[in-house]
Amino acid sequence: MLNIKLQLDQDVLHPDTIKLKPTRDGFGTGLIEAGKKDERVVVLCADLAESTRVEEFKKTFPERYIEIGVAEQNLATVASGMANYGKIPFIASYAAFSPGRNNEQIRTTIALNDVPVIIAGCHAGISVGPDGATHQALEDIGLMRMLPNMTVVVPCDAFEAHRATVALAQLGKPGYLRLGREKTPVITTEQTPFEIGTAYTYVDQENPDVVIFACGPFLHTALLVAESMQKDTTSVSVVNVPTIKPLDTKTILEHTKKAGAVVTIEEHQRAGGLGSAIAEYLVSEFPVPMEMVAVNDRFGQSGSLAELTKEYNLDQDSLTQAVSKVIQRKSI
Amino acid sequence: MSFLDDATLQNLESKANQIRQSIVSMLVEAKSGHTAGPLGMADIFTAFYFHILNHDPKNPDKEDRDRLILSNGHIVPVRYATMAHAGYFPLEELKTLRKFGSRLQGHPERHMLPGVETTSGPLGEGLSQGAGIAYAGRMDKKKFFTYVLLSDGEMQCGLTWEAGMFAAANKLGNLIAVIDRNNIQINGTTEDVMPLEPLADKWRAFGWHVEEVDGHNISGFIDAINHAKAITTAPSMIIAHTIPGKGIADIEYDFKWHGTPPNADQGAEFLKELRTLQGKIEGGHSE
Repeated sequence: MLNIKLQLDQDVLHPDTIKLKPTRDGFGTGLIEAGKKDERVVVLCADLAESTRVEEFKKTFPERYIEIGVAEQNLATVASGMANYGKIPFIASYAAFSPGRNNEQIRTTIALNDVPVIIAGCHAGISVGPDGATHQALEDIGLMRMLPNMTVVVPCDAFEAHRATVALAQLGKPGYLRLGREKTPVITTEQTPFEIGTAYTYVDQENPDVVIFACGPFLHTALLVAESMQKDTTSVSVVNVPTIKPLDTKTILEHTKKAGAVVTIEEHQRAGGLGSAIAEYLVSEFPVPMEMVAVNDRFGQSGSLAELTKEYNLDQDSLTQAVSKVIQRKSI
Repeated sequence: MSFLDDATLQNLESKANQIRQSIVSMLVEAKSGHTAGPLGMADIFTAFYFHILNHDPKNPDKEDRDRLILSNGHIVPVRYATMAHAGYFPLEELKTLRKFGSRLQGHPERHMLPGVETTSGPLGEGLSQGAGIAYAGRMDKKKFFTYVLLSDGEMQCGLTWEAGMFAAANKLGNLIAVIDRNNIQINGTTEDVMPLEPLADKWRAFGWHVEEVDGHNISGFIDAINHAKAITTAPSMIIAHTIPGKGIADIEYDFKWHGTPPNADQGAEFLKELRTLQGKIEGGHSE
């Protein structure tokens, strides 16, 4: 079922042997590689070195690590100045604070100023779990993709986060990298390709009833649903869309035409996220029945990942229902 | 920076007057924009572009240039006027201020006009960007200075103080900031809206080297910059006491001129006032 060319992890669909790793870990190792490749790479952090996984970079390149303290507006603007001079700064904090608290500083001094600062928003989504609503950023994709000059990447697993980090360091433009705290399934391998701006077909059905576009760790839920629905003779293609902006419209259009129905899944508000971005594109190019599985205009709350996934209708059952519903809408 | 002899100083003062005239003319033409702040900072901008800065109008991006960051972007007419007089672009272009398609945006944009170091306007964001540039330059052992021009109103922004802590913690001796202490902001005087005093004590408490000067005394201002450049273990804050609208009696001290441009009649009258040095001389046709 899985696209062999992408060399995905062989245990990705096996619940007993599946590997788990948080995307932030891939960010941490990616920074080391990016730092070795280019000495202009510097890291600024707002008092969260360990949990954002920049600690290793700090140890490896102490002279290129800048401590800012609990001051996210300063984090963004000092980085803007360093990029203005010629450095490639990564700024690390939680997404609720960066790009949450410092949104206007990012807008003016990074995006409008058009300097290559990469904003790493950790602990994004409801998967932060017990920390609760204050720390569960659910609007960051929207905030960032609305800004001209900004690239937005949401890696599905730690390996993709690693590759995205290395790629973003060489982007030469402002970028946003969305990362999660919880251990989530390892889907890809070191050999799986990644380029900014490309969507990858993970499950390519010959005659799909529906295509699921996913970003972030919930891509795994999409793969599980495609597998289980295949048993019921429902044919579901799955496309990983790690770059929300610029959107790979060519791949999205191809799959939409082939399937005639679309479902999206992400741990973000419906408003402004991946589903919203795809709907904005398809509504003028090729409108088809579409369902969005996402948080629907609510704040998060404390709980385990499993509890919250169920509460916010992001679980396998909810996605399966969305697929069935969109298929029914096709025949109306 | 050359030696400041009497002739040089006289030339600078005369240049500042010409720059004030350009500010009035461009604001009349634009029919919108800020008047008081730009006039109040004309002497300091003249001192920077015609004496202090290591810069090259023909090569605005030269690597070892001193960086001049304008944090309060709304007073950019004074920067545009000074840059034009310094040879960055033709004086004629000043007439395009705030017009569609112009490089002279209402608030400055980095990619629009060579020599404008940062996009600015939203207050409170210049000091930290300057600190970032100074920090990065020091990492590469560069010798340029980073100067940041701030309004007093933006002392009310928390980010200014975040930047203050960061610059002092990192002993950024290559960072020199100047506060345009003109005491006015949109809603009234700073001390009525949200008091800033004791401002010098606050910056000292944050670990900065602080100097207070008369912002219209070009020679005194240049001295203060020289003192600041000699302090290598801390960033420096120069509190420049200025008169908003300096040079035009009707505008001086009046906060209502913060965001208002002169109309054509007022403009003609103000230009006459500047050309005659407030009636002291006959006045020529300088522009």
